[in-house]
Amino acid sequence: MKATVIVFPGSNCDRDVAVSLEQATGRPPEMLWHGSSEVPSTDLIVLPGGFSYGDYLRCGAMAAHSPVMRDVVDKAKSGTRVLGICNGFQILTESGLLPGVLMQNMSLKYVCRDVHVRVERTDTDFTRQYGNGGVLRIPVAHHEGNYNADEETLDRLEDEGRVAFRYCTPDGELDRDANPNGSARNIAGIYNEDGTVLGLMPHPERLADPQLGGTDGKALFSSLAEALQ
Amino acid sequence: MKAKVKVTLKTGVLDPQGKAIEHTLSALGFGGVSGVRQGKYIELELAEADEADAHAAVKAMCEKLLANTVIENYDIELEPL
Repeated sequence: MKATVIVFPGSNCDRDVAVSLEQATGRPPEMLWHGSSEVPSTDLIVLPGGFSYGDYLRCGAMAAHSPVMRDVVDKAKSGTRVLGICNGFQILTESGLLPGVLMQNMSLKYVCRDVHVRVERTDTDFTRQYGNGGVLRIPVAHHEGNYNADEETLDRLEDEGRVAFRYCTPDGELDRDANPNGSARNIAGIYNEDGTVLGLMPHPERLADPQLGGTDGKALFSSLAEALQ
Repeated sequence: MKAKVKVTLKTGVLDPQGKAIEHTLSALGFGGVSGVRQGKYIELELAEADEADAHAAVKAMCEKLLANTVIENYDIELEPL
């Protein structure tokens, strides 16, 4: 699998995700500056976490119109896999590749801690190595992770099996207290219609090596490496 | 022309900042305040002198960048520079 990480001014998880990708695929991803007008041929595009453009106007709003994003959108529409983590998820909603919006956390506080999420599907290129699903312990670090969309869109996401991850208790129960940001229906991540674009708020790259205190995020990268080899 | 753009959350979209402001106003002793909503105000100077063309241009800017129309409304006011 050849992976490409887009680097925006203010990205700060680009190198972490590059390490995770290299561990999964055996080769370093291409790091591509946002000012490029084209993404060279690739199997996976990653929009990393961070604070692109200082979160000016709205998180992800400026980055969604970066020169490189036109080709990212084109490639996503023709089936190239796209993974957006945290700020990358915000960029995906702002660019229209995923529906809905990530609003300020209900608590008005920046939340930086481990949470639990339930893997809702294990038949996608992103999650095939999560076995029977289950619950992951995984860090979140965001101020705008409160996913929302109109009821019709939320129902459609549910009906089409496009909810990727939901915040839950360690036992996998959907509970309001287990939701760190107030997101609708405890949604932590969603897919596009074809299951080829994934946006999620938690950071799998921050728990993908035993030295980081856990490996629950690792299978996401090895799933992609296996699916796109 | 000069454009003054107000971006506000749509009715029904929760506004926790507005709620916090309302709460603090009440704590400061300002009674009878409700429905506090926080928004954004953006000013632009436009080379375009024709009002209708300027309005169309700013509307396009709002749709494309200045507002996220999933959750926000926008209001455009124009005046001569």
